[in-house]
Amino acid sequence: MTQTNSLLPDLYKTMKKVRTFEERVSELFIKGETAGTMLHLSIGEELASTCVAKAMDEKDTFTTHHRGHGIFLAKGGNPNRMMAEIAGKKDGYCKGKGGSMHIADMKLGHLGANAIVGGGIPTVIGAALSYKYLKKPQVSIAFFGDGAMQQGILYESMNMASLWNLPVVFCCVNNQYGMGTKIDDAVGKKDFAARAQSFGLNTLHINDLDVEKAFHNSKDVIEKARKYQPGFIEIECYRFYGHARMDKSPYRNSEEELKSRKERDPISFAKEALIRDNLLDLDEINKMDESISVEMDEAMNYAIGSPLNDTEEIFNDVYSNDMPSPKSVDERIKKILSVK
Amino acid sequence: MTDLEKDYFEKITYRDAIRLAIHDSMLDDKNIIVMGEDVAAYGGAYGATKDLLKIFGKDRVIDTPISEPAIVGAAIGAAMTGLRPIAELMYVDFFGMSMDQIANQAAKIRYMFGGQISVPMVLRTQGGTGRSGGAQHSQSLESWIMHTPGLFLSMPSKPNDAYHLLKKALKTDNPTIFIEHKLLYNTTGPLDKKKPDENFGKAKIRMEGSDLTIISYSRMTNFAEEAAAILLNDDIRAEVIDLRTLNPLDKETIINSVNKTKRAIVVSESYYTSSVASEITSIIFENCYKTLKKPVIRYTGEDTPVPVAPNLEKAYVPTVEKIVEYSKKIVKD
Repeated sequence: MTQTNSLLPDLYKTMKKVRTFEERVSELFIKGETAGTMLHLSIGEELASTCVAKAMDEKDTFTTHHRGHGIFLAKGGNPNRMMAEIAGKKDGYCKGKGGSMHIADMKLGHLGANAIVGGGIPTVIGAALSYKYLKKPQVSIAFFGDGAMQQGILYESMNMASLWNLPVVFCCVNNQYGMGTKIDDAVGKKDFAARAQSFGLNTLHINDLDVEKAFHNSKDVIEKARKYQPGFIEIECYRFYGHARMDKSPYRNSEEELKSRKERDPISFAKEALIRDNLLDLDEINKMDESISVEMDEAMNYAIGSPLNDTEEIFNDVYSNDMPSPKSVDERIKKILSVK
Repeated sequence: MTDLEKDYFEKITYRDAIRLAIHDSMLDDKNIIVMGEDVAAYGGAYGATKDLLKIFGKDRVIDTPISEPAIVGAAIGAAMTGLRPIAELMYVDFFGMSMDQIANQAAKIRYMFGGQISVPMVLRTQGGTGRSGGAQHSQSLESWIMHTPGLFLSMPSKPNDAYHLLKKALKTDNPTIFIEHKLLYNTTGPLDKKKPDENFGKAKIRMEGSDLTIISYSRMTNFAEEAAAILLNDDIRAEVIDLRTLNPLDKETIINSVNKTKRAIVVSESYYTSSVASEITSIIFENCYKTLKKPVIRYTGEDTPVPVAPNLEKAYVPTVEKIVEYSKKIVKD
């Protein structure tokens, strides 16, 4: 390593972790060990997953959309517990009751992934209101896809962020598809930054593969938000695979997919840059990749080995702990039948 | 606001009881904020937050844009990060705008995230008929909330309950929907702050009786009490139960009373079908079918949108006269 001040090796490592994690999720699915098929992988979107998450301060908080594994991992999520959650197991972050689309970790500032498009966006408005009111120097960031750019609640939230000068960043991971509908078939005018600008937000549009530049520019937006100038970041990328695990992508041709995988892969791009700029040599990269592979294998095996919940777990966590849990239907019926 | 220091009121309006509950809670807990449409400068569409801006300032009493989904969503985010927000929806009918945030987010966050976090917020709103508000400003949508696990729901009928239950709601970690009634704001009753009758989840027997049980909540409790007073002329003693909270629901008080009286009428302003009244009727049937002497009567608003014309609106909801009529029928026939 020649230039020690470059962040690229670390950013590469994070992106590679994200991809490898998602590949293992896919493998876990093939093994029949995932909870269901609603698994939304961020393969191809690693730059987007990484550049903002790495630019956040430790205490900054965030919500994500349904395709949020990568963001969570990049912010510091524990792959074992994430994988266990995706498998619906007891050792998962949410005891297996949230799963891939509702994963959260309050200790890490992850205020929750959301399965309703745009559903988690106003949460950061409230978090930012708290930070401002409590005079805490924290920023709250909402991650969402290009689909949420067509949801009304985003604009209600943008208006509030602007009106109240909140420490908020809206981050749109534009992977070009809302499930199977291409962005051209969903958006009248494809200038998301202009929409955000019209609310008075600082805007940043990332549309290349330079993760280090994306990191620094994202950092600027986040730090401005910390000074009560809310921001908007759009990161264009390409979802390499289908919407969810069962999606065979009938709505787009394999030529487009192959071309994008070749031309829009942030990991290959970063790898080439590492070698070109003498930051890491191929051997070092291979070793790094190998250790990541081992780490993610472990995560997968951890998930497989983690126990299932007792079915009694259904009734926990509906209400606060000082309240009785709901009674099971079976218990209710038996009580009725027991009346003499 | 007058009489902020007083602990006992012989007569206070429901509106002022709500205002006092918010005021006193905000004094106790600096993390309580109030947010909603016209809650600050205007003082709330029904005056329930009047003067709070002057007392607590604009950091704690926040006028919002007309963005109901984001108002509820922001309250959720604030509740998850250290505050205890009171969000106001001007009309319960605006649930239509904000139901995703209420039912998919607030209600489920604790559960989905495995109990890691609570959403200690109160969503205040008001509903019901009586002002010719029409089909989009007069509904009783409590069953939407009761149908969603994870949400506490309170609909008090008296100033004293409104005060104590709201204060209690501002201490629980469960997201609580607090539905007031637009025609209750000007009603009056005593308030004793020192005698906290704040057992959230416990119904109250307003009148004791042995001939039938009238189960109700919110404004219809007052109708039930009036009806019960009239029934005494015919020597019919009705037991009047004021549920006060619909989640938790005090099934025990309902079941014990009906097992005693053997007859029941459930009175609610909400719809007949798939409603709070349907639920209570089921509970009574499941638990009291051996003692019941007559079918349980579900006396509710009609299964139609709420009409505007005052005569139609009045005919749309239960009346005291009909409660009396049905009561006589199930007791005497």
